[in-house]
Amino acid sequence: MEPSLRRNLLGLATFMMIEAAIFMIFIWAPTEQVMGIVQRIFYFHVSCGMTTFLAFFIVFLASILYLWKKDKKWDIVAHASAELGVLFCTLVLLSGPIWARPIWGTWWTWDARLTTSLVLWLIYVAYLMLRSASRGSERRTRFAAVFGIVGFVDVPLVYLSIHWWRTIHPVVIKPSGIGLAPPMLYTFLVSWAAITILYFYLLGLRIRIGKLSEGVEELKAIQYSGV
Amino acid sequence: MDYFRQAWAIAWKDILSELRTRQMISSVLLFCLLVMVIFSFTFDPGAEYVSELVPGILWVAFCFAGTLGLERSWGAEQENRAVDGLLLSPMDRSAIFLGKALGNLVFMLAVELVTFPLAAVLFGVSFLDVWGKVALVAVLATAGFMAVGTLLSAITVNTKLREILLPILLFPILVPVILAAVKSTGSLLQGEGWEGISSWVKLLAAFDVIFITVAILTFEYVVEE
Repeated sequence: MEPSLRRNLLGLATFMMIEAAIFMIFIWAPTEQVMGIVQRIFYFHVSCGMTTFLAFFIVFLASILYLWKKDKKWDIVAHASAELGVLFCTLVLLSGPIWARPIWGTWWTWDARLTTSLVLWLIYVAYLMLRSASRGSERRTRFAAVFGIVGFVDVPLVYLSIHWWRTIHPVVIKPSGIGLAPPMLYTFLVSWAAITILYFYLLGLRIRIGKLSEGVEELKAIQYSGV
Repeated sequence: MDYFRQAWAIAWKDILSELRTRQMISSVLLFCLLVMVIFSFTFDPGAEYVSELVPGILWVAFCFAGTLGLERSWGAEQENRAVDGLLLSPMDRSAIFLGKALGNLVFMLAVELVTFPLAAVLFGVSFLDVWGKVALVAVLATAGFMAVGTLLSAITVNTKLREILLPILLFPILVPVILAAVKSTGSLLQGEGWEGISSWVKLLAAFDVIFITVAILTFEYVVEE
């Protein structure tokens, strides 16, 4: 299959999934009895949160693969995924307070999950800053890969330490089962799938941009070397 | 055993040059004192709750001061390109990391050794009854701090932003260490025993093991030219 055709098909699938998720969230799913209409934020909020973890996990994997194989391709993947992870993490941090204000009566609270999300956001914004501050592309990729590994390894420790410090976040998904009515569960699963497929679609686009800009750099290098 | 002798040689070089000038230790100690003085302006002197704030004040001071020391640690090697000499020496790259980290650890523990009694005097708290446990927490927390810090400062010293970038990279990674250190120092000051700090101590130990391993494995990619 042509790469452009594959991209367009994935784009179409993303569009349809997001439409289906929006329909289910706003029309099909019942309104939660206690929290009311604002509970509908949950579907995209949690989906974005899970996609954030996926994105940062892919940064971690791609960073290891880059240091191991020294293939520039993995660096482009890591960079693309880090940018998307920061994007989805920002969405989590914005949609959370909109829900928390009417339910908890406060925009922000230093709960374990909230604080962990904020620390995650800080780690990967730092990752992007490190990339833009490094001189020389070969050095930049090595530095970014090392920090991509250090940052992800830290996540469980950050979560554990903040969890011991305090926690009040509602735990919807427990080991014993999911505390959701079936229509809500299906709506959540479709939303999750939609956001995940959106992530992969954007990742593909971002990797393509990364490769193109890499190509431009190479062409420039050839031109200036006077060949 | 050669490996550790080589690492110690690097650490000893840093300790010796610091012992000869005493430049860094005096400025970093003065900096710690300044942080504590500035903090004391934010609350009423002699108030009851001050003793609850002391652990936080101390570890904030150590975070800032430690970052200054770390920045200097690789910065000094940049002068006259001494770092090239280090990298050319016939030893494993990770031994260089271990040596630098060890030197930074000794330096920072010396700073803490002076700052703890200073804080006790200034804020009217006493570490005397619990000094052994406080020392354990301080050593574990500082070891993790310096392991990650030595790795990351080797990165930031080669970037455009240098000293601004180090805390931005380092502090989010250090969240578990800062929380564990502040909370366990706090419960020791409140007179809680071993059970109050045991889970934090385990967390610190896990952090140290994980990040010393990660740093040893990745350091050669940081300095490779």
